Amino acid sequence: MKMSVVEIAEKVRKGSLRAVDVANETLKQIEAQNSSIHAFLHVDAKGLLEQAAAVDAKRDRGEALGPLAGVPVALKDALCAKGMPATSGSKILEGYVPLYDATVVAKLRAADALLPGKTNMDEFAMGSSGENSAYGPIKNPWDTARTPGGSSSGSAASVAGRMTYAALGTDTGGSIRQPASLSGIVGVKPTYGRVSRYGAIAFASSLDQIGPFASDVRGAARILRTISGHDPHDATSLNAPVENFEAACEKSPRGLRIGVPEEYFAAGLSKEVRASVEKAIARLESDGCTIKKVHLPHTKYAVATYYVIATAEASSNLARYDGVRYGLRVEPNRDLKAMYGATRDAGFGAEVKRRILLGTFVLSAGYYDAYYLKAQKVRTLIRRDFDNAFNEVDAICSPTAPTTAFRIGEKSDDPLAMYLSDIYTLPASLAGICGISVPCGMGAGNLPIGLQIIAPALREETMFTLAAACETHCPPVSPSGS
Amino acid sequence: MSQPAVLDKSGIERVARLAALSLAPHEIEQLASELEAIVRHVEELNSVDTSDVPPTYNVQLKPSPLRADVVEQSLPVDKVLAEAPRHAHGGFAVPAFVEG
Repeated sequence: MKMSVVEIAEKVRKGSLRAVDVANETLKQIEAQNSSIHAFLHVDAKGLLEQAAAVDAKRDRGEALGPLAGVPVALKDALCAKGMPATSGSKILEGYVPLYDATVVAKLRAADALLPGKTNMDEFAMGSSGENSAYGPIKNPWDTARTPGGSSSGSAASVAGRMTYAALGTDTGGSIRQPASLSGIVGVKPTYGRVSRYGAIAFASSLDQIGPFASDVRGAARILRTISGHDPHDATSLNAPVENFEAACEKSPRGLRIGVPEEYFAAGLSKEVRASVEKAIARLESDGCTIKKVHLPHTKYAVATYYVIATAEASSNLARYDGVRYGLRVEPNRDLKAMYGATRDAGFGAEVKRRILLGTFVLSAGYYDAYYLKAQKVRTLIRRDFDNAFNEVDAICSPTAPTTAFRIGEKSDDPLAMYLSDIYTLPASLAGICGISVPCGMGAGNLPIGLQIIAPALREETMFTLAAACETHCPPVSPSGS
Repeated sequence: MSQPAVLDKSGIERVARLAALSLAPHEIEQLASELEAIVRHVEELNSVDTSDVPPTYNVQLKPSPLRADVVEQSLPVDKVLAEAPRHAHGGFAVPAFVEG
């Protein structure tokens, strides 16, 4: 598995590589690694081989192939694909098989991508380590005693271990960027509204975005272009032109102004991450970028703001799981309310219950103004911080996460400590702007470090130009050395 | 904050009722101590002056366009019902909740 997304697609399109061979290699890698990594919850071997055969047949007939011809793209289990189970990492959805494709899945199929299966995740995307999956934790291929990050843990781990070539995840407060950083791959959180969320199992609707993981920047760019665009089925999807993000990867970063926020280099940042990120920024400076200090003074309130807003929205979104129409039902007696309560108590895990309760509390009579409304106002200030910074710079560079991958179990007894590990990714989510994590070095124990590049809304091109420049200094590596 | 946070045991029971969660007694105790710490952290927002700041409810760049009101094919009823834990007479079956 040494090829990139773009190499596979181009070889399959030219006919020098058969999609069926890619599919077989993917299945072989999943077979070899999944029992130790636990990245996939469902592998659709039959579907994968059929899709691959269809791509090869299409080529044999002389028909034009799509931009992701023969590229296996794993799907986070929060995304619906017709005929494949979708649990969102929860027992409450055990056995649920969607009758339709999410828009992103339909777009992948139309681009001739292959769909190997569904990846493990923190339940309803609530977590930063994969430990909140109802189906057991996901291991980091770089060190199986450690987490790959979360919540898109299986998507990140499957690409890091080269079990698949790419994957989709969802990012609400960092759930693509943080696992990309901890797993040594590229992960993109697009601008809010860039990608349709139709068919994504909702967590916090003012924050959720779908985005790609790939081993390299160009691969992520190609997938993002494929899944972006307006969708009549999602009222929040933007009717904005979709640029050629891959072409942006070829551009020189010379002349771009990079902001470095000092609030992101404060207490809590590990020395090795700081050193590696500062080195990456210095390399961009030597590529011709201008480096400038910027201030994002409300950064320290991002965790509190996020945990009010995201839990409030989650408490509303997760009200739909009532045991009536699909998924789990527990019926202790012939009473409807008892059925709701027992189903939800049995179906949701501890972290999900914690967040539903916090969200219900901050929205409840007497507390709404003090918590929910207050957080929405601080959100405005966080957003203004970025607006002010982007008056002076084209992009912001920072660490993606304060540390390299932490040990499984290290933070699982302390929810607040876990929440604080998302401090660098939450602000951009609250502001609705775009961000990418790109590998920028290795820390102690051969653990990857990621650079986060944040750009203004709909300026993904700037982000890709800088990420590709960073990658030329720090080419993709995998735990097996390929 | 206008009111002190009340997320002790009885506060958790009240919120759990609103959230339709039947929690076991040991869960209530555990959640009360965890949520107290989280709410204390959240209360740091109090120190921010937001007197002239409008709320940001969403970050959409443009207002949502209305889509054309075109009738589309719905999912087939039998397939939808097949997902339900219990169904009867062409509908979702639930415990009776109306007297009579």
